[in-house]
Amino acid sequence: MSRVVVDVVLKPEISDPQGQAVLGALGRLGHRGVTSVRQGKHFVLEVDGDPDEAELREIAETLLANPVIEDVELHLSTD
Amino acid sequence: MRIGVITFPGSLDDVDAARAVRLAGGEPVALWHGDHDLEDVDAVVLPGGFSYGDYLRAGAIAARAPLMREVVDRARQGLPVLGICNGFQVLCEAGLLPGALTRNSHLHFRNRDQGLLVERADTAWTSSYTTGQTIVVPVKNGEGRYVAAPADLDRIEGEGRVVVRYVGGNPNGSSRDIAGVTSADGRIVGLMPHPEHAVEDLTGPSTDGLGFFTSVLTALVAA
Repeated sequence: MSRVVVDVVLKPEISDPQGQAVLGALGRLGHRGVTSVRQGKHFVLEVDGDPDEAELREIAETLLANPVIEDVELHLSTD
Repeated sequence: MRIGVITFPGSLDDVDAARAVRLAGGEPVALWHGDHDLEDVDAVVLPGGFSYGDYLRAGAIAARAPLMREVVDRARQGLPVLGICNGFQVLCEAGLLPGALTRNSHLHFRNRDQGLLVERADTAWTSSYTTGQTIVVPVKNGEGRYVAAPADLDRIEGEGRVVVRYVGGNPNGSSRDIAGVTSADGRIVGLMPHPEHAVEDLTGPSTDGLGFFTSVLTALVAA
């Protein structure tokens, strides 16, 4: 069994109003050292056998993320 | 003319879209997302709503539905397709239209009557209008902010792909006030506002929306 983590974040040039709302809340809570928040998605996939990195990259780039506006990062780990 | 209206799990405005097709003089054909047969329809409307609860991204799962494979293949051969609100999100997710729709900049659901400037009156869905005409139809969305990378926006504008633009205020923070775009061949149109809710005086702010549904009938006769 392998565990594959896929992180999806908006591309830097796409504005992130949810992240900005979190940043505003942090400021109101007194955490003034935080200067930027970008909100993303975190997927955990469990895969039978050895993970096929090409297939996983396809899954990440064609369904889990929308490459028009999002970047993906794949993290593979085998137990 | 047979105009298919596809229902996905979570579609809300499929009945209104079918009604608009009928009022325009077309024959609405109810289609189910899980089928594989477009039943010889002459055009397709993807209605508004919250397909699959907007899980993953709005329109993302619906864009991969079985019937959407047929729609994508036929649309690439010139089948007229109109995506309204969630249907627009589906068309962007399916790669048939450029850009993407994301959470409104103010993070609120916005529901109001909206002015739109028609910039393209030569698509399959907008030939009943004139370029430069202003129409009023309802807008109602939480994830309607049209975005793309700045270079892509320049290309979309440069190719004249903007069909309608918000006037009298931008309801969701869409880049460059873009409310709707078209494919390179002008056969596929997607927009966030709801023309199917502005087809009768009794229920709509105007009857300005009817033109989308009469336009496609004209386009089909001409084809």
